[in-house]
Amino acid sequence: MNVARVGANRIRPYAANGIQECTKRRTFKKMNSRDKILSAIAANQPERTALADISGFKGAEENLQNKYAAVLTAIGGRIYFVKDENEIAATIAAQFPEAKRIINLVDNLSIGNFETVISDPEIHNLKNVDLAIIKAKFAVAENGAVWITEKEVQPRVLPFICEHLAVVITDGIIFPTMHEAYQKIATLEEYGYGSFIAGPSKTADIEQSLVIGAHGPRSMSVFVKV
Amino acid sequence: MHESTKDHAALAAEFNKDEQRVNWHDETLWWIRQKRDKNVHQLPEWEALREAASQIKFNVLSNLHDYLLQFEKNATANGVHVHWAADAKEHNEIVHRLLTEHKVDRMVKSKSMLTEECGLNEYLAEHGIEVIDSDLGERIVQLAKEPPSHIVLPCIHKKKEEIGDLFHKYLGTPANVADPQILTEAARQHLRDVFLTRRAALTGVNFAVAETGEFVVCTNEGNADMGAHLADVHIASMGIEKLIPERKHLGVFLRLLTRSATGQPITTYSSHFKKPRKETPIHIILVDNGRSVQLGRKEFRNSLKCIRCGACMNTCPVYRRSGGHSYHTAVAGPIGSILAPNLDMKKYKDLPFASTLCGSCSNVCPVKIDIHDQLYKWRQELVKEGYTPAAKTISMKLMAQTLSSPTLYNAAGKSGRFVLKHMPFLVSNKLNPWYKEREMPEAPKESFREWYKKNN
Ligand code: SF4
Repeated sequence: MNVARVGANRIRPYAANGIQECTKRRTFKKMNSRDKILSAIAANQPERTALADISGFKGAEENLQNKYAAVLTAIGGRIYFVKDENEIAATIAAQFPEAKRIINLVDNLSIGNFETVISDPEIHNLKNVDLAIIKAKFAVAENGAVWITEKEVQPRVLPFICEHLAVVITDGIIFPTMHEAYQKIATLEEYGYGSFIAGPSKTADIEQSLVIGAHGPRSMSVFVKV
Repeated sequence: MHESTKDHAALAAEFNKDEQRVNWHDETLWWIRQKRDKNVHQLPEWEALREAASQIKFNVLSNLHDYLLQFEKNATANGVHVHWAADAKEHNEIVHRLLTEHKVDRMVKSKSMLTEECGLNEYLAEHGIEVIDSDLGERIVQLAKEPPSHIVLPCIHKKKEEIGDLFHKYLGTPANVADPQILTEAARQHLRDVFLTRRAALTGVNFAVAETGEFVVCTNEGNADMGAHLADVHIASMGIEKLIPERKHLGVFLRLLTRSATGQPITTYSSHFKKPRKETPIHIILVDNGRSVQLGRKEFRNSLKCIRCGACMNTCPVYRRSGGHSYHTAVAGPIGSILAPNLDMKKYKDLPFASTLCGSCSNVCPVKIDIHDQLYKWRQELVKEGYTPAAKTISMKLMAQTLSSPTLYNAAGKSGRFVLKHMPFLVSNKLNPWYKEREMPEAPKESFREWYKKNN
């Protein structure tokens, strides 16, 4: 973080911002609470303390495929290590013979009848998607998650509204922990929306009994190319 | 919001009338605590992570003013509308105004304890706006017309048969069906229809990043994403203490949060909202509601580090045996008992006394809040302000008397042995009513009272 730049904000009078922005009465009212909150905080916050250095947190690099497989399975996901797209297509065909509406966002997958682009701007019409096949940048061994962004997955609702979700880790990358994951994210193109997805949707709200398939997909299959 | 004129002790006594239910509640929460332990023990760096999280959060509190400005600037640059609410009322008014502007009178909401704190659902209902809670546990308590009893597990106090009855009445499931699988499927169908028809969605915020202006929402069910991605407008409500400095710090907090909460390695979904979808605005409301005051209370400001994992509740012997509703505030349990008196000392004067000060909460807290110390300090503060609850005054006096009597102390030998052996007096005595219906270990040959008389 650029401390100097942030620090400079403090001396800039808020009133100046206010004059520029207060074109509407409503905005003016908003500014009052804003100023009130900010000045109370400035008066009450303790003396500045240093930020913790978290660069030392690292996971072990060994056995990542096995670890990832074990964790993903434990949280209700399915794992497939595959050599190419043909193997993915064959597995999907065998696993989801009933799927009628399939949306596939992964290149070079030869499975029967699927849509590759979502031409219908009405996203609510995705409600009958049986299977969505999407790409993810990488997976995380410690928690079974995959990282997706809206660059590869459009529209945002697709991996949530589908009945079943299949995710292909195209580069086969698995990081040990979330620390390495965020280091990688810092090097990737900025996103408008991104999500870690770890397993099928689930709930244990009724007497702590685990039920798979809450509001999102009822299953999650992850394909890692090796 | 849960309004009650009864204090924690009286409400706990009600909960304790059904001993079987109390035992079940106790055991269920303890089981979750054990799941947490199992998961946490797999990470050798756990303590270092807690320490880092605690330091990061303290840095946030010490620099909150600038971080808020930084967040506002970056979120605005991302195309997100930022609003500021000084208190609950203003928060509710902003939500109402936004809904009116979008001509919406039905909204879907995912879990947000802040909106519970603000009494948003009631406020909107008064203004003719229907809110449906989409987290399964929250939907269940909403149908039962109750507030959540736990911040992570909203209907942990409910038996599946009661839930079956509610679903039979409101969702049309067959009578006497209590199978969690069937009930969850019914809720899925019901709420899917809600997601597909509501044009406004409100979510809570788990973390907001000053550096990038994004915010993160964590769910297992996928309800926050279903709501937000299908609606025409997304409103996110967050307490001002939810900020963290940089995106990379999410690595620390996402590793801690769900392991502490339920013993899972991470929630199913950890969604990062940075920019709105095309033509579907995101509004974020930064809510103070007493937080800036708590920030100025030197002894209690650490409570603002809380990431709402619920671990302190799951482990608390008093919470487990008194139930979340006995705390008569939105956030129950040990942390709630520190936060509530800040908002209203008179109304919540009983809560810091609803604790054995055993320290288990502080041991599990992922951001290392000194919870039990703060509860103890609140007691002193409340006594100083003249707000001691009656029953507790007597028991505190007795305790003080006992512990200050040198004869007693000497007769008992080592003080540690004394406290251990005679602590049941302090917890099972009628003056501590949440233990009323509890079966206590076999009584010693001599009752404490007799022993006390003889030895004094
Ligand atoms: S006080 Fe600590 S343990 Fe309790 S809910 Fe907050 S973060 Fe979790």
